[in-house]
Amino acid sequence: MNDSNEENAYWSANLRFIKISLAIWAVVSFGFGILLRPALSGISFGGTDLGFWFAQQGSILVFLALIFFYAWRMNKLDHEHGVDEE
Amino acid sequence: MDQFTLNLLFVGASFALYIGIAVWARAGSTSEFYAAGRGVHPVTKGMATAADWMSAASFISMAGLIAFTGYDNSSFLMGWTGGYVLLALLLAPYLRKFGKFTVSEFIGDRFYSPTARLVAVICLLVASITYVIGQMQGVGIAFGRFLEIDAFWGLLLGSCVVFAYAVFGGMKGVTYTQVAQYCVLITAYTIPAVFISLQLTGNPIPALGLFGEHTTSGEPLLAKLDAIVTDLGFKEYTAAHGSTINMVLFTLSLMIGTAGLPHVIMRFFTVPKVSDARWSAGWTLVFIALLYLTAPAVGAMARLNISDLMWPNGTDGEAVSVEQIESAPEYAWMATWQKTGLLDWEDKNGDGKIQYYNDANADLQAKAEANGWQGNELTKFNRDILVLANPEIASLPGWVIGLVAAGGLAAALSTAAGLLLAISSAVSHDLLKGQLTPNMSEKSELLAARISMAAAIVVAVILGLNPPGFAAQTVALAFGLAAASIFPALMMGIFSTRINNAGAVAGMLAGLVVTLLYIFLHKGWFFIPDTNTFTDSDPLLGPIKSTSFGAIGALVNFIVAYIVSGMTKETPQHIKDLVASVRVPRGAGGAVEGH
Repeated sequence: MNDSNEENAYWSANLRFIKISLAIWAVVSFGFGILLRPALSGISFGGTDLGFWFAQQGSILVFLALIFFYAWRMNKLDHEHGVDEE
Repeated sequence: MDQFTLNLLFVGASFALYIGIAVWARAGSTSEFYAAGRGVHPVTKGMATAADWMSAASFISMAGLIAFTGYDNSSFLMGWTGGYVLLALLLAPYLRKFGKFTVSEFIGDRFYSPTARLVAVICLLVASITYVIGQMQGVGIAFGRFLEIDAFWGLLLGSCVVFAYAVFGGMKGVTYTQVAQYCVLITAYTIPAVFISLQLTGNPIPALGLFGEHTTSGEPLLAKLDAIVTDLGFKEYTAAHGSTINMVLFTLSLMIGTAGLPHVIMRFFTVPKVSDARWSAGWTLVFIALLYLTAPAVGAMARLNISDLMWPNGTDGEAVSVEQIESAPEYAWMATWQKTGLLDWEDKNGDGKIQYYNDANADLQAKAEANGWQGNELTKFNRDILVLANPEIASLPGWVIGLVAAGGLAAALSTAAGLLLAISSAVSHDLLKGQLTPNMSEKSELLAARISMAAAIVVAVILGLNPPGFAAQTVALAFGLAAASIFPALMMGIFSTRINNAGAVAGMLAGLVVTLLYIFLHKGWFFIPDTNTFTDSDPLLGPIKSTSFGAIGALVNFIVAYIVSGMTKETPQHIKDLVASVRVPRGAGGAVEGH
């Protein structure tokens, strides 16, 4: 029973990280890159506006940071909940 | 040494390298053929997956599509990288924990149904074959250019090379070969971009040069580009012109499709540990980002260079003369590309000059009237040639041109090989051994794998003769199909215990069928020209083009799966236990042979 409680706690912590990460994922690409671009148009960046940068480069950099953060955090979470690979 | 010999030399040397590695690491057993053991380091794995992933679409085609459209095609950049976030967070670690070889094995076991496995195989075949068509287009263009023959013969010749190459080894040979291919393709992509960025902006890093200053005019590069293209009557480069909804859906389709493509997912079955599967996705994206951060710079700078070449005296001065194009060395690339049939010009008004402008633009029509122009005279510029022609357009040394030819082929070959492997394992492992003839020997399984590779190439070549779009657009259709069929099934299989066998089968079929139908209605049945009812400039559903429909197909898949699961028998307990075990890394062993 204990084991399964531990596993449930682990899973809900994981789901929380996934939700936060995907929210950031969506905001930088669909948000800043596309839908919110008009709102960011006042911020100029290298001959154009910040939204253009997010659409062509910024979102990619954020994606990278997200994956590495998640991998690091999850490997730590595996350990905390004792579900890591021996 | 002339350019032709130089190209042959570079392409030949790179091929010798790949074949050497493939022979050295030749696959012996079936498990080596599919999965290469499990002893590959995440960084090595990342590099190989990046080569596998970045195909003719990324290398040859994408920058050209961005160059001629500008901001609106940013979807390719965000879509083909953002998918890795989904892969790393939602699929890779769990599929690795599950520990089988193929995507359809997971679907078959999780949904406790041979039918689900069969449907998954069908979805996978449809998406992969569409994808191979796009690769073959790229191979045809690359071969056509470096052998200076028509793109059609390039396609036929290229398909033979791809086949010989893919048959050589399974994933083990492919993994190390792909590391070599990654190195070739990233060098080939980066070097010309660095040269061009230095020429135009003085910044050696193209990704930064894009947002830097154009040295000759002192203006920001992108502002300069916007000014030039609008002078010629084209749409402003950095502004949004297309439908926002379509752009969102297109980006989303590419993202979901990335996470649903079998040949990429298969890679994550073969890392040593669950924790490595998470890192591996990150490393893959690092290596992909090296190209993807450079690509928008390549596109913008090439567009600027082309406009400058066509209007050497500025957009208000005289256009380039036919004589110059035919004799000046910096225009020599135009004659070589003309031989492939992918580039052409015509002096329509007979003034000895070639005017390049947008003849559909009202302002430019007035200007044309005043100057006696009779329409745009750069009559054909296939988007897919831009990257390969780029070093020539910028007058870079011959060895750079040879290198780019080798890089383009590396990109197309590595992906074609990975796809053929996914197709052959789907047919021989999932379809024949898994369902039809379970007692098949290892030897006949390998033979079946090779025969199915050959069949897939033939189908791709036949369909590739009338491609439904530029290489990256054809490939985008494949992503739409994968997005609508495979990804939702995998995700629901891991994150929901509610979805049962009937729900998954109904969902996959619904997603695949509506998406395929939407594509065929717009691109023609089986891509045969003139059999389409609608066009992408005036699509059936408002602004939604056929390339963007994958996201809708995925939504249909999710909804149908939920409704059907709700109406049918609940998932049995042992499957719920399987899902629970997939969710925790502990106890992940090696993969076991499928049943």
